Amino acid sequence: MFELTKDHEDFRRVVRDFAESKIAPHVEEWDAQAHFPSELVPQMGELGLFGLVVPEEYGGAGLDEGGFTYLCLAIEELGRVDQSMGITLSAGVGLGINPILTYGTDAQKQRFLPDLVSGKALAGFGLTEPDAGSDAGATRTRATLADGQWTINGAKAFITNSGTDITSVVTVTARTGEQDGKPQISAIMVPSGTPGFTVEPAYRKLGWHISDTHGLTFANCQVPEENLLGEQGQGYRQFLKTLDDGRIAISALAVGLAQACLDLSADYAKTRMAFGRPIGANQGVSFKVADLAVMVEASRLLTYKAAWLKDEHDAGRRSVAEVKHAAAIAKLYSTESAVTATRLATQIFGGNGFMEEYPVARFFRDAKILEIGEGTSEVQRMLIARQYGLVS
Amino acid sequence: MNIVVCVKYVPDAQSDRTFSDDKTTDRAGVDGLLSELDEYAVEEALKLVEAGEGEVTVVTIGPDEAAEAVKKALQMGADKGVHISDDAIHGSDAVATSLLLAEAIKKIGQPDLILTGMGSTDGLMNIVPTMVAERLGLPAVTLVSSLEVNGSTVTGRRDGDTASETIEASLPALVSVTDQTNEPRYPSFKGIMAAKKKPVETWSLGDLGVDAGQVGLNNAWVQVESFEARPPREQGQVVTDEGDGGTKLAEFLSTHKFV
Repeated sequence: MFELTKDHEDFRRVVRDFAESKIAPHVEEWDAQAHFPSELVPQMGELGLFGLVVPEEYGGAGLDEGGFTYLCLAIEELGRVDQSMGITLSAGVGLGINPILTYGTDAQKQRFLPDLVSGKALAGFGLTEPDAGSDAGATRTRATLADGQWTINGAKAFITNSGTDITSVVTVTARTGEQDGKPQISAIMVPSGTPGFTVEPAYRKLGWHISDTHGLTFANCQVPEENLLGEQGQGYRQFLKTLDDGRIAISALAVGLAQACLDLSADYAKTRMAFGRPIGANQGVSFKVADLAVMVEASRLLTYKAAWLKDEHDAGRRSVAEVKHAAAIAKLYSTESAVTATRLATQIFGGNGFMEEYPVARFFRDAKILEIGEGTSEVQRMLIARQYGLVS
Repeated sequence: MNIVVCVKYVPDAQSDRTFSDDKTTDRAGVDGLLSELDEYAVEEALKLVEAGEGEVTVVTIGPDEAAEAVKKALQMGADKGVHISDDAIHGSDAVATSLLLAEAIKKIGQPDLILTGMGSTDGLMNIVPTMVAERLGLPAVTLVSSLEVNGSTVTGRRDGDTASETIEASLPALVSVTDQTNEPRYPSFKGIMAAKKKPVETWSLGDLGVDAGQVGLNNAWVQVESFEARPPREQGQVVTDEGDGGTKLAEFLSTHKFV
């Protein structure tokens, strides 16, 4: 059965210390300026955060098993202080490193992984388009092969870590032909700075201000034929295999957010006075704190159960179906709880909860995307319902 | 170069610290950790050994939980640990603490350098490093903000209020470092995993050849008589500027002898 050991807690403590001393003092300023602190990424690399699921030969931890649970702990603890740095790690590993690690050739791995694992570089993954999200068949970006070069044309949307000053490569999905009347989707690696590859100005987002997110355009962008990642025509299928990890990671991010709301609310309820006593002396406030505690506990259990299943699956002891089901349940519950948690926390903070100088206001803005990214709540409900024979 | 670093397991300064019934620090009721001031000594030791060769041994005294302080230092990169633990040690003062550390260092084998923090964040006795050096007959260079080892000498800079002193001593020596010396590293994931395989020895009074009559609360030269929590800070004073704000501010500063 799954449990968090002393090793897990030791690691959690280190990441928490790091987040509290290196991120917390600056987060309000970075959030206000939408500044991505790329100097933090190598420091996260030194802690080993990008290499938890990576073999030693590329600078990773080289664990035989169990690495994904550690990654979720790191994402949770970064997310407890700042959701943006949590998603930076989650996307950096799940979308940047994992596709190359899983599908790359030896040469591709040697070229990109050491810098990605050490935090000297970040990589992105471009799947979503202005008119194609979960419906990947609608992908419009095209890549044609001639004279040993792929020529890519099209646009991608909402691509995390794609435009930082240390981004080394973005893997994009593109139509590379047709198969049985359906578009054939392949994944191609496009190094930063390739002519014809333009990173659009950063989005103005509701939340996740510190996270680096851009639209990308490709205009006759040429890369060598060997930049194909994995098999031609398998781009979407390859991507689908990474979705379960991503959902559990987002769930961990949501746990960190709910935990922050609980910690901040409990403190505030004890120190903020009204009518001569702490506001927490009123059940209208204290019961909200109790509800937050229940949400945190339930979300955490669902998340780490799913992470444990994923590690067990990787070790060959559990089926992929179990992981998928647990990931959808964890993601749905944790993210919807996180949104509720920010609503309760800002309510407890009253007028101050609406002020940007209180972190609950930032968490309120940051929470919403959790119900959307890596499959919306509706997609999760659809997947869960299918387990009960309710096909939609 | 072989280095011994003396570290202490202290109650987390962020938590509500209290005293036990016998007026010693309550270590059971609060989370503890490696004293932050000792992290600078561990970091300095690691840097010196990484730049050359040798081993870093960390030594601590304390109840079972104090092994956590050793573990943290091993996670940061130290090579081995010694945990001195014995019920009879409870309540020991600085004199007894220095005796135990000196005996432990002799048993480890005379190192080239002994490093300590500038003091502990709980007891704040700050005298232990000097006492350890005295017991071992070694030069003590205390409270340095930077240090350098050249061959058989160690040079440290001590920043005072009005002047900075550069102090040199021959090795072996004891050096205590301040929180200005370096920026202690965080343990990496690999460091956490590697620490599990590093050797930690637990020594009792018997192992050190120290008699129970030399240590412990009953043999301490000083005793805590009483304690009380500091009163909460008074609310700030708001001065409303009615054209005379400057004068009122100056009065405030002068009556409180700030100027």
